[in-house]
Amino acid sequence: MRLSILDKGHGLGTKALFALIGAASRQPVLDIIKLVKYRADFYGKPMSAVTHEAMRGPSEWSVGDRELMAAIVAQANACRFCIEAHSAVARLAYADEAKVAAVLADLDAAPIPEPLRATLRMLRKLVMEHSVSADEMRAVLATGVSRQQVEDALAVAFAFDTTTRLAEAFGFAIPSSQAMNAGAKFLLARGYR
Amino acid sequence: MTDIAAARRALLACMLDADGAAPKAQRRAAFENAGVTGPVRTLLEKITRDAHRVSDDDVHAARACGQTEDQLFELATCAAVGQANRQYESAMAALAQASGKE
Repeated sequence: MRLSILDKGHGLGTKALFALIGAASRQPVLDIIKLVKYRADFYGKPMSAVTHEAMRGPSEWSVGDRELMAAIVAQANACRFCIEAHSAVARLAYADEAKVAAVLADLDAAPIPEPLRATLRMLRKLVMEHSVSADEMRAVLATGVSRQQVEDALAVAFAFDTTTRLAEAFGFAIPSSQAMNAGAKFLLARGYR
Repeated sequence: MTDIAAARRALLACMLDADGAAPKAQRRAAFENAGVTGPVRTLLEKITRDAHRVSDDDVHAARACGQTEDQLFELATCAAVGQANRQYESAMAALAQASGKE
């Protein structure tokens, strides 16, 4: 990573935790874990609370839907680390590899319900162009998405717009597919806290 | 339903109001992407616009003008959260307008 403190600047307790994670998973600790555990009171701990609520709090969107939203946000910010991480969690949550691949390859043609497609399209525009209009929101609502569902989707975008920008800014290493899959299983089972 | 309001407020308080390595005014400027100057501005501008274009040189240049790594950690996170926050608030306002609940 571009800041050495994020690789090696953690306190002794956190370093011990990393050693345990490494021994238990037999994989190197992912850079996202190193980021959220560095001076956690400043950013990692309160951000993880936001992310957990957005991704695992009560919602009409399924966990798979929300992981797919995270992957689309990552794609809009050209963040390979987060595309791979959240498409892996979405694949596990949906138990459907083809659907996730189809959405990331061509959102307009992917075999998903229109409300989800319209929501993903809106999120992608928000992240790429930094705003969406009231007319664009009306188009999403017109597909049958509730106002609350839009709010829930925007919460996902808030969390992952932040995370993907930081992954790119700090230069997260792309882990092996084994390490990424181990991380995805953990996220599906335990969430983001 | 999902409610990130309290958690988002707490996040902003931790990053902008608590003591840190960078002065509060500089963290606030990074969060708002306004009033930052020099090489740090280049770095933060990229984070808020095209984060995938951030390079090693951008970080080296910001370090060379006297910012510590801890200060850059704080300023970069403030810039990223600030951009996500602006987008979130603008989209929530568009939603309120669209659903007639302004």
